[in-house]
Parts: sequence; C-alpha cells; structure tokens
Amino acid sequence: MSEALSAEQVAHVAKLARLELTPAEAESYGRELSDILAYMERLGQVDTQGVEATLGGQPPSGGLRADVSRASLPNEAALSNAPRPEGGAFRIPRILEEA
Amino acid sequence: MSLHAFLWQPDSPLGGGSGSLADCTVAIKDNICHQGWPTTAGSRLLENFVPPYSSTVTQRLLDAGAALVGKTNMDEFGMGSSTENSAFGVTRNPWDAERVPGGSSGGSAAAVAAGLCDMALGSDTGGSIRQPAALCGITGLKPTYGRVSRYGLIAYASSLDQIGPMAYGARDCARLLNVIAGPDPLDATCSEQAAPDFLAQAEALPTRLRVGVDEALLQGLRPDMRANFDAALQVYRQLGAEIVPVSLSLMSSALPAYYVIATAEASSNLARYDGVRYGRRVEGSDIARMMTGTRTQGFGAEVKRRIMLGTYVLSAGYADAYYHQAQKVRTLLRRDVEAALKQADVLALPVTPTPAFRLGEKTSDPMSMYLSDIYTIHANLTGLPALSHPSGFVEDLPVGFQLLGPAWGEGLLLGLAMKYQSVTDHHFRRPVQPASASGRS
Repeated sequence: MSEALSAEQVAHVAKLARLELTPAEAESYGRELSDILAYMERLGQVDTQGVEATLGGQPPSGGLRADVSRASLPNEAALSNAPRPEGGAFRIPRILEEA
Repeated sequence: MSLHAFLWQPDSPLGGGSGSLADCTVAIKDNICHQGWPTTAGSRLLENFVPPYSSTVTQRLLDAGAALVGKTNMDEFGMGSSTENSAFGVTRNPWDAERVPGGSSGGSAAAVAAGLCDMALGSDTGGSIRQPAALCGITGLKPTYGRVSRYGLIAYASSLDQIGPMAYGARDCARLLNVIAGPDPLDATCSEQAAPDFLAQAEALPTRLRVGVDEALLQGLRPDMRANFDAALQVYRQLGAEIVPVSLSLMSSALPAYYVIATAEASSNLARYDGVRYGRRVEGSDIARMMTGTRTQGFGAEVKRRIMLGTYVLSAGYADAYYHQAQKVRTLLRRDVEAALKQADVLALPVTPTPAFRLGEKTSDPMSMYLSDIYTIHANLTGLPALSHPSGFVEDLPVGFQLLGPAWGEGLLLGLAMKYQSVTDHHFRRPVQPASASGRS
C-alpha cells in the first residue's frame, strides 16, 4: 500500500467519483493523494487484532420510531430546486442506449 | 476592508421577540438550512439553492426570540481550516485582515469577533467550530455527538458532524446551547435524552476538579504557544483545579484515522450532488455525462480532492487497509480517551499549533492544512464534547485553550470556561478594525 498512485489509478478513482480531470489536475491530484496516503499508512502500524470497528459518533440511544406516516414536503416544494422539473417529476437525460 | 463574513443577509433580521434569546442577534453558518434563505454551503453547486424547509436549530432559535441576521461564509461543504475553500471568496480575520479566520466556520467566528452579531451557529466535523473560535478570539463548543439535532444540516461526514454555539463568552454559548439542544424526532441520530439547563449546570460547577494533561502531546508545540497553554493551565490551578498527568498514546494515529473516515463519509454523502433533484446541473447527452459535468464544474478543488481520497479508501482492495482499519483505530482512540477521563474530569489541549496563518500560506499544501487540525479531531472521533475559549495572544493574535469532557458533559466544560472567564479578560478584547463599524457598539 506504499507505492505512489499511478495515472491509471487516479483516472479510475475519478471515474468512480464521477469527476473529470484535466491532465494537469490528474498529475497534481495524483501527487497530493500519494503524499496523503503515505501519511495514512501509519494506521497500519496500530495493532487492531480483535478490535471491533466504531461505526458512529455514539452508540444509538433510541429505539425504533412508531410505524406511522406523517406529512412530507408537498410535490411543488420538493421540485422547487429541481434543475428540470416536468409533470411533477425530475427530468433526466436518457439512461439506456437506444437499441 | 470588508471581512466578508456573510454570504447572504436579509434586508432586516428575521424574528426577534420574547424568549430566552430575546433580541439576541444570531448568524447561521451557510450549511444550515432555513426555509426561503439561500443556502450554498460555500459551494458553486448550490449557488441557487433555496431550502424548502427549515432546520430544527433555526426554528428553535426563532421560537426563543432570537433575531437571525444572515448566513455566514465557510469552506465548501465544511472542508477546510481557513475558509479559503469557499467558492465565494475568503473571509478575513478581524484581528488582522491579511490572515485567515480559521475554518470551516470562519464566517461565523469572524462575525461574532467583529461584533456584527451576538452569537453564531457553527458546525464541527474535525474542529470547525473550535479552531476558528480560537483564531478569532471567541468561545466555541462542539457538543456531544447526538446532543443537537442535525435536521437541516448539509452533511459532510455523518459520524463526526455536530452543530454548536459560538459567542464571545461561555455564558452566551450556554444560553445558545440551551435553545438548540435536545431530542428531535426529525433526526434519528439525535439522542432521546432530554437536555439539561446548561447554564444552571455551569453555575453549579463542582469544586476540586481534575484537569488532565498529556505532556507528550505538547512536546512539538511552539515555545510561545506552549507558554500560552501553560499560563491558561496556571489560571485553572489558581481556581482550584488539580492538574493530573494522562497519556493519550494513540495521538499520532488520530489524524490519519480522521482523514480516512471523514473523506470516506464525504465521498458517500456528496454522491447526492448529481444534478437531478436540486443544485446546479450541467447538461449532457446521457446521464453519466450530465452527472460528471455537473460535479466537475460544481465542486471546488479541495472537495474533489477529498471525494477522490474517500473514494480510494473505500474502493475494492483498499477498504480493509484504510477504512476498516481506521474504524478499529477509532475504537482504540475512544478507549484511550475514556481511560484518561477516568483519571481526570476533563482533558486540556491546545486548539491550534499556531495563531492564525496568512491568507494563501497553506493553500498549495493540503497536507500542512490537514496537520493544523491535530488537536481538535479527538473530540469528533470519540463523539465527546470539547470547548475552545480565548487564552490570550501570541504575536498579537488571539489563540485558544481547549477542554475535552465526558459524554454529555457540556455543562462541566461551560462551567470551567465561565470560571476562567470570570478572572480573565481575553474574551472582552475586541479587534480594532473598520469593518466592525456596523453591528453592536
């Protein structure tokens, strides 16, 4: 886990994150992320055998909420910030390739 | 010169009436929603976002008679320690306009310090309330995780984020916390235990408290910062506190654990900015191009850096070495701090390694910016409450002193800070600068 990030790895991570990088950005992010990851490696020196993971800020205190419905945002309010509202819904570009 | 503490202000303050905060002016960090008030979280992506609902905390402020004066500048989505990562320009430190106010709640800290409002709300994921409070010479508290509802807070790292009060003195922080704390059915991560009267708790502070100090932790501290820390400790000693040695042996693992967990959670939380439901959209011929274009043009450089880091540490083949290991280290850190809190009632820490740095000084070196969070992340990783109060001046700039307490121990921290502030006057000092002409006298 110690090697610097390759250009391919940087491109792969950017793709997973839905970000497009210019060649200059790919170079600088690659270098910076390698430095930061090298610093993070000291985590590996901590003996965590048999230690449970902490997932949250404090153990959840509450039980389950009563299973009753309650009012939610009216359709118009929920769509008030939508870039392309249409017919009470969010319009998006096509997802599937045309046959 | 304008401080640029606010990103948006209404023509006249909203609310103001009777209640425990009657006519107190309160500024709101721009990642906290209020219905009809533009809310950007410092991001281009949310430049035109107007929330259709209000956060629990802003609603409670209005119910308590507070007057809301506007939305304050911040690092984009809370990611930064200087407010230089705001898409809408930097905020200046009221004590020295060439220096940063800290971050990410830099606008809130600067607004209070300059007297533009009485109090402010900030949010703290790794020190984002305490560090700007220290660098601007005011008091700030990160409550226990689950103490304050986050309904309406724009998420950065959900296992770390917490909303908290900022004001000149600890007494006003207690008054503000009294209003915003307590159970909220709209936030499942908010504790169901009722909030106490923090001001009453603070005023009924037990005598003979033990303040724990880890000497090893202070070894690398600059001599002038160390002298300031020791002077504050001496005040507590004179007030009757016993200073006891403690050991936080895992300190050097805290920062890497923090940046793994925070960026992993951020990469997941910020996946919602896809151009579909709200925020900016950059059109594309298919949905993948639309989403990629939207995110590429909408996010700033630091946000992209953290999203990529988080994506990497969660990705197949690396999650065990980074993310899962960081969560286990987090368990050990919690045990470490809990053990220290058996030997002492509270722990004392610096807030920052230095006073406010110059604008631009760290922007080209992300790692050095991250290292400035070294003393504040423990409270977030453990979920424990921590408070920063002014402890005087280094290089004529304000610096802070930090107290970290047991879960739900905010009253204890506020009480100690109020005691300290009853015999010191650092928190009464005001910066002299032209921007403070408006606001209270």
